[in-house]
Amino acid sequence: MIDFEFEPQVIERLKLYHTIAEQMMRPISREYDEREHEKPWQFFETMWSAAGAAAEFQPGGREKKEGAGVGARARNLYTIATTEELTWGDAGLFLSIPNAGLGGAAIAAAGTPEQKQRFLGPFRGGKPKWGAMAITEPGCGSDSAAITTTAVRDGDEWVINGTKIFCTSGQMAAEKSEGFIVVWATLDKSAGRAGIKSFVVPHGTPGMTVVRVENKLGIRASDTAMIVFDNCRVPFDHILGSPEINRERGFKDVMATFDATRPIVAAMAIGVGRAALDFVRDFLNQQKIAIRYGAGLYRLTAAERDFIEMEVQLKAARLLTWRAAWMLDAGRQNSLEASMAKAKAGLAVTQITQKAIELLGPLGYSRRMLLEKWMRDAKINDIFEGTQQINLLIVARRILGYSSRELS
Amino acid sequence: MISFEPTEEQQMIRDTAAAFARNELRPAARAVDEGETIPDGLIAAASKLGLVRAWLPEEHGGDGLMRSALTGAMLMEELAYGDLALAAHLTAPRLFAFPIIEMGTSAQRSRYLKPFASGNFVAGSSALVEPRYDFDLQTIATTARQERDGWILDGEKCIVPLAGESESILIYARRGEEDGVSGFIVPREAAGVLISEPEKNMGLKGLKTYEVKLAGCRIAADAQLGGDAGINFARIASQMRVAAVAMAAGLARAAFEYARDYAKERRAFGAPIATRQAIAFMLAEMAIEVDAMRLLAWEAAWHLDRGEDAAKESYLAKHYASASALKVTDNAVQVLGGHGYIREHPVEMWLRNARGLAIMEGLAIV
Ligand SMILES: Cc1cc2nc3c(=O)[nH]c(=O)nc-3n(C[C@H](O)[C@H](O)[C@H](O)COP(=O)(O)OP(=O)(O)OC[C@H]3O[C@@H](n4cnc5c(N)ncnc54)[C@H](O)[C@@H]3O)c2cc1C
Repeated sequence: MIDFEFEPQVIERLKLYHTIAEQMMRPISREYDEREHEKPWQFFETMWSAAGAAAEFQPGGREKKEGAGVGARARNLYTIATTEELTWGDAGLFLSIPNAGLGGAAIAAAGTPEQKQRFLGPFRGGKPKWGAMAITEPGCGSDSAAITTTAVRDGDEWVINGTKIFCTSGQMAAEKSEGFIVVWATLDKSAGRAGIKSFVVPHGTPGMTVVRVENKLGIRASDTAMIVFDNCRVPFDHILGSPEINRERGFKDVMATFDATRPIVAAMAIGVGRAALDFVRDFLNQQKIAIRYGAGLYRLTAAERDFIEMEVQLKAARLLTWRAAWMLDAGRQNSLEASMAKAKAGLAVTQITQKAIELLGPLGYSRRMLLEKWMRDAKINDIFEGTQQINLLIVARRILGYSSRELS
Repeated sequence: MISFEPTEEQQMIRDTAAAFARNELRPAARAVDEGETIPDGLIAAASKLGLVRAWLPEEHGGDGLMRSALTGAMLMEELAYGDLALAAHLTAPRLFAFPIIEMGTSAQRSRYLKPFASGNFVAGSSALVEPRYDFDLQTIATTARQERDGWILDGEKCIVPLAGESESILIYARRGEEDGVSGFIVPREAAGVLISEPEKNMGLKGLKTYEVKLAGCRIAADAQLGGDAGINFARIASQMRVAAVAMAAGLARAAFEYARDYAKERRAFGAPIATRQAIAFMLAEMAIEVDAMRLLAWEAAWHLDRGEDAAKESYLAKHYASASALKVTDNAVQVLGGHGYIREHPVEMWLRNARGLAIMEGLAIV
């Protein structure tokens, strides 16, 4: 039965997350935007120790639902809902929260039960830890099948060589905690996509070095690292999925991760967009300007019309995102719907935050308020986890029944 | 708990409507748009669907299905996927019957619903829109003045579906400046009711619409829908908007699928045009918009089914769908290029229909 309401326990939990966003993230939001590369350790510690908080950010993947507790029945839906609450607080801080991150999502999607236990188990306690995922290279981003980082088998080990860039939380995962990086590498360049596999490289593994941390437009609280792998060795069983090169399956294993993470990025976008929308609405209310829903074209002001447009675009993006996550929870193939949600949310929120500044004029542009920051933060959602164009490409291929060769 | 899964009953209604749209509506759409009358066979087939009867209470001879805005939205999407104009024509009687079922007095229900239990198509209608460029639902200007022994109605309505064919028309009017909107059941033959020739519009030609003038039209005291208690107009308006959004999704889906299939066949510069990103991305965006419209319709409908008036949700959804339906159908014409401009393909008709749907209110109800 169609339903648009979360379970009561989830709603309660979302309120808690909203309080965290409001009382712990917003007050330090500006500070860690201005002090790029400094870390809010106190916030990390609190988030880490908050009951099970870290473990809650594991996207569930498509297979069985593990464990009990709040949101367990619909893990992916729960994750996107909490993501929206926390990115409403601050998207950069959200991305920097200690957890297994995208690397964890990769393990959840492609790892064996034993690997999940081994690599994700430590995230249930001890000191704050980070996981990260390194796909992008200096020579290729969108075209992830063109990566040149190699993994060569040497007895019981894999030897990894190559350079990765733009790795979110890469420094935290590789150097500042007992975390790990999931690295994409090719076993055989001539095998194309089928030769690409992912490997778990634990923190401090010799041969893995963070050589640079980027300065960015937004989400400055989150570190974005360049990592060099120079004869970096990991045990054989650190490979995720099968070591066989299966030309039929291509890189379906590694791509499966995106079915879970694209809705999350869409939810991140929506959180930022909602922050901007709430801010503008509150501001207008203070000026005694109410949006006259229901009024026709000739009675609405241009500003009201803009606001209404922003509000419903955000809503459309949210519904598409919920659907993509719901499908995953229901064990259905959702690649099409995940990319639809990501494309919609990424663009909608880019436009919403830009428009929000326009509606407040010079006040919106001022760094005394957070709107200008949200516009900078929002933009990343139309870039990472597949740009706008890449997600449209995926949608187009699916609706046309084209392979990546037929439509590129 | 969030779910996007229709019930079995909803799925059944959806499938039935989809088959009807495919087999009956789509094949007839072009000829009707060109001015031919709707085939009798189609009307007969539609009557079997029971678009009103199914939801008519058993005591009035219907099947007594539980009314659900969600189910209604699914039904309207499928019918509009076949053809928007015919869908609006065939469901116009709901505009009259449904508010009476939900908000009429028991005397009104007994008096007006009976004909809709028959197996034949029985016309019915409601008059909402007024012929002004700046019309909106909050500025309805038609008035109803109470006299000792009845009401006097004055005003002008337009785009009134099937006004010339219906026994009675449900007219929305204001009782006073401060008052909300009320409904009045007006016999077509009442003195002071002037019904024009069928209107000539840009599209939606399969839907016969009329201008209705009310000049000192005198009706009985018990003609106010719901009696003294009146109606919840916000709820009716939302039910109409949800129907429009769902129809926009259906219409847009038709255009999207047609353009998609065409783009895979049509070759230019040595390859199907769908293999070019400029075309493929347009199609991808169209697919996203179709789903977004459907989900917005569902969400607003879900609020209605919980008994809320869903005024804001349905207004937002309609705002969205008006722009999206136009964009999708326009893209469909663009994907077909010059061929899209020729009346041999349906996309130009869908663009004209979308333009109508986007500016209109009150064409259908869930
Ligand atoms: C802050 C930040 C964090 C990131 N985090 C991570 C991370 O944790 N792990 C990771 O692996 N990567 C990460 N990335 C990398 C990100 O995923 C890539 O930047 C993104 O996929 C785009 O790749 P690119 O930058 O190389 O752009 P390019 O691939 O060079 O694209 C440039 C432009 O061309 C367009 N384009 C490319 N190919 C096509 C095509 N076939 N059709 C149409 N248009 C096309 C793109 O849409 C884009 O507009 C991060 C990036 C940033 C900025």
